[in-house]
Amino acid sequence: MTRRASVILAVVVIVMAYSLPAFMSGFRLFQFTQVCIYAIALMGLNLLTGYNGQFSLGHGAFYAIGAYISAIMMDQWAIPYGWTIPVAGILCLVVGFLFGRPALRLEGLYLALATFSLALAVPQILKYFEHWTGGSQGLVLSKPKAPFGLKLTEDQWLYLVTLTITVIMFVLAANLVRSRVGRALVAIRDNHIAAESMGVNSAMYKSLTFGVSAAYTGIAGALSAVAIAYVAPDSFNVFLSVTFLIGIVIGGLGSIWGNVLGAVFIQFVPNWAQDISKAAPWAIFGIFLIGFMYVMPYGIAGALKLLWIRAVRPRVTGQGGEAVSPQLPSPSR
Amino acid sequence: MGAILEVEKLEAFYGRTQALHGVSFAMEEGGITTVLGANGAGKTTTLRAISAMVRTRGSIRFAGEPIQGKSTEGIVAMGIAHVPEGRGTFVDLTVEENLRIGMYARRDKRHAGRDMERVLELFPILRQRRRQHAGTLSGGEQQMLAVARALMLGPRLLLLDEPSLGLAPLVVQEIFRILRLINEESRVSILLVEQNASLALDLADHVFLLETGRVVLAGTSDVLRRDDSIRRSYLGY
Amino acid sequence: MDIFIQQVMSGLATGGIYASLALALVMIYQATDVVNFAQGEMAMFATYLAWSMMNAGLPYWGAFVATLAVAFVGGVVIQRVIIRPVENKPILTIVIVTLGLLVIFNSVAGWVWTYLQKPFPSPFPREPLRLGTVVFGAHDLGEIAVTLVMLVLLFLFFRFTPLGLAMRAAAQNPVSSRLAGIRVGWMLALGWGLAATFGAVAGLMVAPILTLDPNMMGGIQIYAFAAATLGGFTSPVGAVVGGFLVGIVENLVGTYVSFIGTELKLTVALAMIIVVLLVKPSGLFGRTHVRRV
Repeated sequence: MTRRASVILAVVVIVMAYSLPAFMSGFRLFQFTQVCIYAIALMGLNLLTGYNGQFSLGHGAFYAIGAYISAIMMDQWAIPYGWTIPVAGILCLVVGFLFGRPALRLEGLYLALATFSLALAVPQILKYFEHWTGGSQGLVLSKPKAPFGLKLTEDQWLYLVTLTITVIMFVLAANLVRSRVGRALVAIRDNHIAAESMGVNSAMYKSLTFGVSAAYTGIAGALSAVAIAYVAPDSFNVFLSVTFLIGIVIGGLGSIWGNVLGAVFIQFVPNWAQDISKAAPWAIFGIFLIGFMYVMPYGIAGALKLLWIRAVRPRVTGQGGEAVSPQLPSPSR
Repeated sequence: MGAILEVEKLEAFYGRTQALHGVSFAMEEGGITTVLGANGAGKTTTLRAISAMVRTRGSIRFAGEPIQGKSTEGIVAMGIAHVPEGRGTFVDLTVEENLRIGMYARRDKRHAGRDMERVLELFPILRQRRRQHAGTLSGGEQQMLAVARALMLGPRLLLLDEPSLGLAPLVVQEIFRILRLINEESRVSILLVEQNASLALDLADHVFLLETGRVVLAGTSDVLRRDDSIRRSYLGY
Repeated sequence: MDIFIQQVMSGLATGGIYASLALALVMIYQATDVVNFAQGEMAMFATYLAWSMMNAGLPYWGAFVATLAVAFVGGVVIQRVIIRPVENKPILTIVIVTLGLLVIFNSVAGWVWTYLQKPFPSPFPREPLRLGTVVFGAHDLGEIAVTLVMLVLLFLFFRFTPLGLAMRAAAQNPVSSRLAGIRVGWMLALGWGLAATFGAVAGLMVAPILTLDPNMMGGIQIYAFAAATLGGFTSPVGAVVGGFLVGIVENLVGTYVSFIGTELKLTVALAMIIVVLLVKPSGLFGRTHVRRV
């Protein structure tokens, strides 16, 4: 897609997104707030796994850290929610970078195992530090009200704030990905030895990517604490990390739009599955997952890209005049 | 003796890239043909096309039967043994296990034992290293093992991809001597891809030369060896 | 000292369960670079099938053998029908498919058999055995015996049969295997079948202890990951040794270290994973992956 077409599409989508509160309110709107939050979280994971090729099965941990930083700041020190978000981001950046350094030695399956173990440990650790985290019962917070006496419900205000932060984070990410840094990340993913021989400091980039990735997901976590006004250890179990992974694969690895699409999927498809079958909703969800992977193995964004290539570019023919199908560059194995 | 292999207007593709542009040749049963050419000319691709390891168009007939469209495993079962570039040794299995795998697809299992004996006679070093892991063998020994493994199939056609690659000249000579022996004994047809043109011309009776996926020269090796101008311009010596 | 021996034996028994499941994971990973996240749930499902068979009147060992057979066929079918369409796709795509399978098996089991815990019979006598002053649970010894028998059979199969050799070859070098006339696709399917069989063994051995419920294998799967990490994901022998070691360590730590109660036991598994990954990621028996540039 050309740069201009992409920007125009983005503007259209953003305008439509901002107008949503006019059409829906309450729970429905809240679900879209959650979609925005998930989109930021997925963007974080996608930067690490999709663009940089480092598998993480533990991003729920950063989400939890961000959420609890925000919750503790609001609960213990009555800090206004607005400040908690950037603080969560910065702290998660540091934590992610610190995790990224030793993780440099691990690749593929082994990194996945390490992050998986971390994700598993998170609820236990959160319960252990009861004094700060409120233990198993968690922390109850209060929903922010619209400032300056604006005539907005809490849900509407939350939605607009979240949406704005989402747009900002995505624009930053898009710029990052299209820059030299972004290209370096992809080079490292595809062949880090070759990248290094071209002068790319693979180790520094990989650790930094971990940090930025953690920051994004941490900010999403912080937003979720503000939006839901409640944090508890069991909501940050390994299943959350798996959900994020599902989100980026379904949405499309290495794709900006993919994160929005993936967020919509993980927010709404479980509900649809429940509508279809009360008795075994997750079985339906599982069938959806498998079906999606058959039809769109490169995610929704990948499938759309293929359609675009087929529609726009002229067909390449072999010697005999028959069409030879174009191929998508595959993300790393 | 009919034609063991007939290839007509063969095209081969790696994804969108076309590597062979209409290659045609034929081999008599019991003959040794060598395919020569520079790097990237399409020599390895030709062998891969016969073994159905790449996408192809055109016609390939083995002992009269069309084989394009068949699976690799099916083609092997018909009696074509392919020793790939780099030998393809099962490095984590023992020498003996490598040989046993060679006979997995063999049609005529009754004489497998006899062939195993013959192969160990031809390559005594393999008998010596029977229980060793194949990965511990030297390059030359692995090449012998690869040829031996291919022979365990009891093939009618043997495809060899650059057997001399990375091997000392004496070792290569020995291997080529054994190839000639096998050819004379069991009438196994051999299609040999080689960079080392002079050695290949010594062994083979027919030759064809590939250049960017096309046959540019074909004939008997005698003629090619004697024609100085052809030799110099195409074979560089 | 007696307690020590008892705990080691007990650890070997649970270790056998971890070893079986870890072996299943490693068999598939070694051949395809894919971790079958649904392995535990498939095992749980097979165990429920056994329960239904026994409920219908089948004696224990009859149901045992029948379940292993069904699990084998199930594994083959799943590989051919569900995994094959995405075989050559990016690895995360395949991971999502196995996650889908995980969720489907778990959910369907809950739907068919409900989430109520069901007791599951053990074929071994209830009275413990005494050797001198040491007491051994009969179920523990029986488990160890069953696991060892299965492992020996598997070893004999892989070592001495042509099919076993072909499967090993296909896992190590699919391209050369094709050139040897081995139908690599079917070898993979058989691998999945064998993996499912060993998963079922793990399920059948653990069900009498944990009681049967759809989430029974969750914790076991994590221990199996620890076992495979410790032993080396690229080594079936490693998976087995790792399983037994994890079982022993888990038991000894639980006995001798006072603050590790049942909730923190899982943390022991996680700690083992992290330690192995920090020190030698490829595990005790695994090979460090050398990549050609």
